Amino acid sequence: MKTKNLEQSLSDSRELDGSYDQLTGDSVEDDFELSTVCHRPEGLDKLQEQTKFTKKELQVLYRGFKNECPSGVVNEETFKTIYSKFFPQGDSGAYAHFLFEAFDTNKNGSVSFEDFVIGLSIILRGTINDRLNWAFNLYDLNKDGCITKEEMMDIMKSIYDMMGKYTYPCMQDEAPREHVESFFQKMDRNNDGVVTIDEFIESCQKDENIMQSMQLFDNVI
Amino acid sequence: MAAGVAAWLPFARAAAIGWMPVANCPMPIAPRDHRKRHDELIILNVSGRRFQTWRTTLDRYPDTLLGSSEKQFFYDEETKEYFFDRDPDSFRSILNFYRTGKLHYPRYECISAYDEELTFFGIIPEIIGDCCYEEYKDRKRENAERLQDDQDDNKDCKLPNMTYRETMWRAFENPHTSTMALVFYYVTGFFIAISVLTNVIETVPCGATPSQKDMPCGERYTIAFFCMDTACVLIFTVEYLMRLFAAPSRYQFMRSVMSIIDVVAIFPYYIGLVMTDNEDVSGAFVTLRVFRVFRIFKFSRHSQGLRILGYTLKSCASELGFLLFSLTMAIIIFATVMFYAEKGSSSTKFTSIPASFWYTIVTMTTLGYGDMVPKTIAGKIFGSICSLSGVLVIALPVPVIVSNFSRIYHQNQRADKRRAQKVQKARLARIRIAQTGSSCTGFLQSKRNDLLNELLELTGSEEEEQQLNKGMSLLESQHHHLLHCLEKTTAHEFVDEQLYEQNCLETTIQSYTSRSPSFSSQDGPIGTCCTRRGKMNSPLPNSSLPLQPSHQQGSLQELSALHIQCGDKLPHTTSRSSLNMKTDDVGLINCKGSQITTAIISIPTAPSDTTDGGALHGPPQRRPPPPPTGPQAPSINTTASSNVIKVSAL
Repeated sequence: MKTKNLEQSLSDSRELDGSYDQLTGDSVEDDFELSTVCHRPEGLDKLQEQTKFTKKELQVLYRGFKNECPSGVVNEETFKTIYSKFFPQGDSGAYAHFLFEAFDTNKNGSVSFEDFVIGLSIILRGTINDRLNWAFNLYDLNKDGCITKEEMMDIMKSIYDMMGKYTYPCMQDEAPREHVESFFQKMDRNNDGVVTIDEFIESCQKDENIMQSMQLFDNVI
Repeated sequence: MAAGVAAWLPFARAAAIGWMPVANCPMPIAPRDHRKRHDELIILNVSGRRFQTWRTTLDRYPDTLLGSSEKQFFYDEETKEYFFDRDPDSFRSILNFYRTGKLHYPRYECISAYDEELTFFGIIPEIIGDCCYEEYKDRKRENAERLQDDQDDNKDCKLPNMTYRETMWRAFENPHTSTMALVFYYVTGFFIAISVLTNVIETVPCGATPSQKDMPCGERYTIAFFCMDTACVLIFTVEYLMRLFAAPSRYQFMRSVMSIIDVVAIFPYYIGLVMTDNEDVSGAFVTLRVFRVFRIFKFSRHSQGLRILGYTLKSCASELGFLLFSLTMAIIIFATVMFYAEKGSSSTKFTSIPASFWYTIVTMTTLGYGDMVPKTIAGKIFGSICSLSGVLVIALPVPVIVSNFSRIYHQNQRADKRRAQKVQKARLARIRIAQTGSSCTGFLQSKRNDLLNELLELTGSEEEEQQLNKGMSLLESQHHHLLHCLEKTTAHEFVDEQLYEQNCLETTIQSYTSRSPSFSSQDGPIGTCCTRRGKMNSPLPNSSLPLQPSHQQGSLQELSALHIQCGDKLPHTTSRSSLNMKTDDVGLINCKGSQITTAIISIPTAPSDTTDGGALHGPPQRRPPPPPTGPQAPSINTTASSNVIKVSAL
């Protein structure tokens, strides 16, 4: 009696119980392998040199980090999930994506604790110029040194998406666009349609509101 | 807010750096952490076993015992630890709740002990995670039913205030309650048996008499059987009428299965009485006698097993349906095949396809009477295939039905399914509530509270600390500040659904009363946020008179809108002057105090809406309102002056 070989029957049963993904060809079990990758940060002392946090602050930060991401790295999905918990009414996925890109400095698709804490150190403990630089880096999606209207439009839309549907006054569709226009009016000095880093820093330094808001970050931790 | 991500709040607040350069208005002041203390380890001594955790871990849930100041009552000064005289094993799950944000129910734990621990530590059981919630609910239900059983046994003694009718109904439903009920129960059972036996024996041929041929007993002893039948029907009728009288809901009783069976059982007799010996209808009369066999179903009141069988069949309706359907398919296929296979042979019994149905059924159920057999070779081949497949088709759904029966039989038979459905609905509702985010409603709630506070402060005393002592934890206030920053950046506000619906309705109405000219002229220098803020006042039914900046007396004839100045929060030189204005306004508000009650608060305690960057440094400009196109435009400019809260009636 001829029996089917093992692989054949395995694949048949896999088709039936749905664990086989026709498109990508890997089964669901393969995904489990990736998540067991573990990453350990460098020592506390090294991190202390690289950032401006004290030892205790680093400890508190790491404990919170490790609690949500036991494997030691955050991938984009987890990042988005965590961020969305703070904004229950809107959709924070797009903005979280931009943040992830900004934190993931070595572009390897995951944010380790070092990336995380270095980014936080610039925002929370850096000079105003450092912060402005970081913000510019966030806005500059393709990292080419200038912010175009399209990039700004994406960012603005993602911010407005976080508000969700139930707002007062009712959210109009042109709201982000109008906001982008006013932003460019303010920032783009030479009216060439892009905002470079120097224009950005210069305009921000002239704006009292922005300067004052930047000081908010001094007391976050 | 999920406590698990409380540690990421600093990150979320840091991420707000992306909003700052984009916002046109300054951000609100962040709540300060006055009680700046370093995180410390707390020792919890539970009956000798020491647990240690960070203080901030416990602070995540301020409305539980461990998270609030209630734990101070358990503090032991000498050992510097918190001592609880409770079960240390249960305490593990409690502490894990604080650490992970998920409450688990350990299976080995007794349900009532666990409930007590939860109540003691101030944790509501509804937040048990999905992984353990079903188990918890099942155990809880079993326990409740066990208690109910005990209660029911004790309840057998007659309650003093029951009416005669209620007593009767209870006697019918639970024969064990009284002796009379038991007697009645057995008597009816006896008569049902008698009635069924009578029906059966009626048809048996009694011995032949010399005068007549063999005839059934029923025709021989007609009178006797008739008397027996009458007696049984009388008893059944009386029973039915008594049940009808005693039923709490007569309509429902008449619709129930058992009462329909009762009616069907006794009706033929009455119809037979009414009908005379008319030859035409006697055929129908005979048919009616068939319905007398339904009396046997009355036994299901007496037998629990019968009821379960009926219930099983009802619940396995889909499997039974499948069985029927597949059988029908197979029958039709094989009947057709057999008919055409046997068509050729002579004197065949397979005269048509419907005639072949009988063969197929008999073969598939492996009965094989042999009254119809195939004669051709093809017929025989297909006949054997038919009998083999019949076994399979029938064998497949049957175990499912059997296991269903077994499961139901072993379950508690007290309408479990109905209760399970209720629990499921409640669980879904629970999950929905948890998902819609209590934090955002908390934010909206606190906005209203803050505004009310402001009102109260101005009309009453002027304590600034009132707000801070509102019982909101630092984490919550920081989270609210974050949401507030987002509102300022986008110049929109979070509202809840009803308000949103209202506003949408009003803006569509108001869009016809165009105010656009005044706005478009203002659009350029004043940022979008302020025009929006002005627009918020547009749905005012009766608009205001020209509203000068609020400290001018006498012009606040406004019924629907009120301008109040809030306490200045900006550390600028404007503060002093605005404080002056504040006192002016207090007087104003007091005289217009009656109008406050009509207002619905719609805007948070926003500090200034000054849009010009440099305006903060100079003294607040008393800009005269530009000549308005309509009486509503001034509302924009008063916003351009210093800190104003608008309270508008919607």
